[in-house]
Amino acid sequence: MTFLADVATLARKDLRLELRARDTLPAMLLFVVSTLVVFRFALPEGADDVAAQGADDVAAQGLLWVALVFTALLGLARAWAPEREGGALEGLVLAPTDRSAIWLGKSAAVFIFLCALDAVALPAFALFFAPVNLSTVAGVLLANLGICAIGTLLAAMAAASRTRELILPLLFLPLAIPLVVGGVGASVSAEPARFLAFLGLYDGVFAILCWASFEYVVSE
Amino acid sequence: MISARALEKRYGRKRALRPLDLDVASGSFLVVTGANGSGKTTLLRLLAGLAGPSRGTLEVEVDRGRLGYLGHEALVYRELTALENLDLYGRLYRVPERRERIGMLLERFGLWEARGERASALSRGMLQRLALCRALLHDPDLLVLDEPFTALDVQGAALLDHQLAELGGTRTVVVSTHEPERLQRLASARLALT
Repeated sequence: MTFLADVATLARKDLRLELRARDTLPAMLLFVVSTLVVFRFALPEGADDVAAQGADDVAAQGLLWVALVFTALLGLARAWAPEREGGALEGLVLAPTDRSAIWLGKSAAVFIFLCALDAVALPAFALFFAPVNLSTVAGVLLANLGICAIGTLLAAMAAASRTRELILPLLFLPLAIPLVVGGVGASVSAEPARFLAFLGLYDGVFAILCWASFEYVVSE
Repeated sequence: MISARALEKRYGRKRALRPLDLDVASGSFLVVTGANGSGKTTLLRLLAGLAGPSRGTLEVEVDRGRLGYLGHEALVYRELTALENLDLYGRLYRVPERRERIGMLLERFGLWEARGERASALSRGMLQRLALCRALLHDPDLLVLDEPFTALDVQGAALLDHQLAELGGTRTVVVSTHEPERLQRLASARLALT
């Protein structure tokens, strides 16, 4: 119970910081909407009704996932900025809380940011491209879990580096490919359950790995 | 409480702390002195568990939650207020009667009026006072203070003198300083790093 209380305390702190500073979520929302607008105009004339065209439908779903992954990357790059600025991460590391609670608290906050992002991105995608079905929503939510689990850990690793802006995408994007594959598959396949199960399995495996390895990331 | 044998720290090829033997009994007040670059901060970070030794052994017989550490940075969130920062740490350290304890420390270190101000808006000296409140919040058994008088004005330094005098003998205190004469009366042991 104390572990969960610590996670809740840390996640609430991140939400409070974001509500006050507003330097991550507004940027993410603007970026995803801008990206979808650019994609909308980048598509060739006559591709308006992409939902009716098999190959184009897949392509449009791909665009959605490109926008989501890169926007998530934008948020992850700033995820540990408050800890970096005041040396607060050392303060958390010194506290008698389980260190994985630091990771889980941050992941929970990032998950909420990503859900807020989806609440804007999915309607925008439906407006510009094609209707969003239930399996796409489920795929996005499951992918969010994976993005949070992996992204938060990698962002913590990158935060310690001077070249964090370069390192984070290099580490994160290869690991995000299975999430994109699963997400697009869930959106366009006739059997989305297979892809959703894959996403769930991927989330579970990497959540356990990240949980177990965070301790080493914050230890000198 | 603290026992170190041939304790050494290196960062790559650079030696940050020369091999060192150290014994600190419970209730001692150790004053660490030395020139810039002699390894004071490195030693204190090792004692706090923020870094691991490169060679040698170090035993610190205190739970992580019973250690108070003041470093060169305040270790607080710049966009949280002084009160919110202490409340956060109070929750994580499971401080009993948290609100009363925070209120008492804020009053003692002259921060009560500034409790609603964000840490980013505090002056360097006020931030140091907040960092001291954070380090003392859970009434630690071992207090590790790295140059605690830095940035404090005369009043702040006097408050810290008073606080350290109160803790002397009842808690184990390790302080690094460039003003050893200031702690002469309290010190029960001295360590000069070269």
